[in-house]
Amino acid sequence: MGLATREAYGLALAEIGKENENIVVLDADLSKSTKTEDFKKACKDRFINMGISESDMMSTAAGLATCGKTVFASTFAMFAAGRAYEQIRNSICYPKLNVKIAATHAGLSVGEDGASHQCIEDIALMRVIPNMTVFSPADATETRAIIKYCSENYGPMYIRLGRLKVDDIFTPENYKFEFGKGTQLSDGGEVAIFATGMMTQIAMKAREILKSKGIGARVINIHTIKPIDKDIIIKAAKEIGKIVTLEEHNILAGFGSAICEVISQNHPAKVKVIGVADQFGKSGKAEEVLKLYGLDINSVADEILKFIY
Amino acid sequence: MLEFFCFFGTIRWRGEENMTDIKYLEAKANEIRKWILTEVYTAGSGHIGGALSIADIVSVLYFKEMSINSKNPTWVDRDRFVLSKGHTCPALYAALAMKGFFDAKELYKLRNIESNLEGHPALGKIPGVDMSTGSLGQGLSVASGMALAGKMDKKDYRVYVIMGDGEMGEGQIWEATLTAAHYKLDNICAFLDDNGLQIDGKTSEVKNVEPLDKKFEAFGWNVIKIDGHDVKCIINALDEAKRLKEKPTLILAKTIKGKGVSFMENQAGWHGKAPNKEEYDKAMAELEEGI
Repeated sequence: MGLATREAYGLALAEIGKENENIVVLDADLSKSTKTEDFKKACKDRFINMGISESDMMSTAAGLATCGKTVFASTFAMFAAGRAYEQIRNSICYPKLNVKIAATHAGLSVGEDGASHQCIEDIALMRVIPNMTVFSPADATETRAIIKYCSENYGPMYIRLGRLKVDDIFTPENYKFEFGKGTQLSDGGEVAIFATGMMTQIAMKAREILKSKGIGARVINIHTIKPIDKDIIIKAAKEIGKIVTLEEHNILAGFGSAICEVISQNHPAKVKVIGVADQFGKSGKAEEVLKLYGLDINSVADEILKFIY
Repeated sequence: MLEFFCFFGTIRWRGEENMTDIKYLEAKANEIRKWILTEVYTAGSGHIGGALSIADIVSVLYFKEMSINSKNPTWVDRDRFVLSKGHTCPALYAALAMKGFFDAKELYKLRNIESNLEGHPALGKIPGVDMSTGSLGQGLSVASGMALAGKMDKKDYRVYVIMGDGEMGEGQIWEATLTAAHYKLDNICAFLDDNGLQIDGKTSEVKNVEPLDKKFEAFGWNVIKIDGHDVKCIINALDEAKRLKEKPTLILAKTIKGKGVSFMENQAGWHGKAPNKEEYDKAMAELEEGI
């Protein structure tokens, strides 16, 4: 088990922040949880605690960005994409300002805090805003690469991060980040599984179950949800024809929908969108909650088997 | 709290030469008002009432107070301006055109599909606009960001904001008020255009926002109360704000919505309505006389 993506975010931000003095980090009283505390320790003059005021934080981030700062604003996904939605749209994306919204505690894997804190709508909310880029890293190595990319490239960006520790899918040695490009992790002819964020590790383990039943799965990790890698999706639709998408998010308007938009307009194929079936989450240990909502390894493998046959 | 009763002797006069200054700024305010009417009349829509109520403040900011450069609109050391009540942009656009940020002919194309003069200010589209606004309640937070950047970079530029009294209903304003006070952003000077009216009627009746002076003071701000149509008061309040350290300043400006046009004054109905030809001619004639 590797680090949670929020932990990798904190470490990367602190390290990059030490070198890049233009970076300013804002948090809304959750720096211990979002891990921006690491940056605060390393660069305290460029860390601003905004208190429990997410709307104010997003517009303040915009103001800093108009003065040339590269701003990272962090809180839980629920309060970033949810509470401060309109500030992100009108104060950050419309004027196309250099603000990176690194939102942690996305999805059901928040666990015990329950539905009020389990944001299963943020991919949908963020990807429909013009000028916005949406990232969803699968592990610590990918998170680090994305944070580095964000710090070096201009524009509004949303980075979806998780609370729960995840498997290391990549190692720094074998990983090369390419903006907007999916990564094929395995090949197989019967089904293509597109996964994002912490669901990539689930896809890799479900693949093992499928393999034991003689079914080959092409697993593709998507770290950039917007703009999405059309080529890798169309190729899978053409070559395999059966597509599964996996997300820790509502099945409506999220990652699966983004893939369906590409497939339906380019090479129609059968798609099974696996995620949260348009219902609120609940309290419980993260693994228990994921299982209850059908997002554990066995449930996912079963769904894929049903879909294929 | 400081109150400037300009006609009752508490004002600090600054010598005869300033009288020319004052006449000049009053003339500029009058010109801004005429442009506001012309812009909205030509566009066939737009917000007149609240634009007329801030004309004197905008005149002092753009023609005396702010350090800006129309040849270099993004000059890093410039003073910043955030029109938090973004719908009153006809006043801002007039001042920017008069300062040479763009050709005044553009003002005839407010809200036009072929123009960049959007119905609400848009950063990046209109030279001299420092921030996109229009959705109420966000401008003061943006100003905090600009002011924090200024402090971090040890720059001495100032950040000016104009908010509306109806806008005080937005919760984010009060979040921003806390931020500016907590971080001692004495480089922020915010005007509150207190014209007492909002779309649905009197601010006191729609949902009372008073007492605004006591609220801002309780939130840790320096508050200066003025007549927002008296350029002498505006100048003095701005000077006072600069002298005060460690606290952001609110200039609570009592104004008249629709100021300068008799039949528009204190009429909520003129919040977002364009005049017809007859009304436009009458209003322009009144403003011609008003100089």
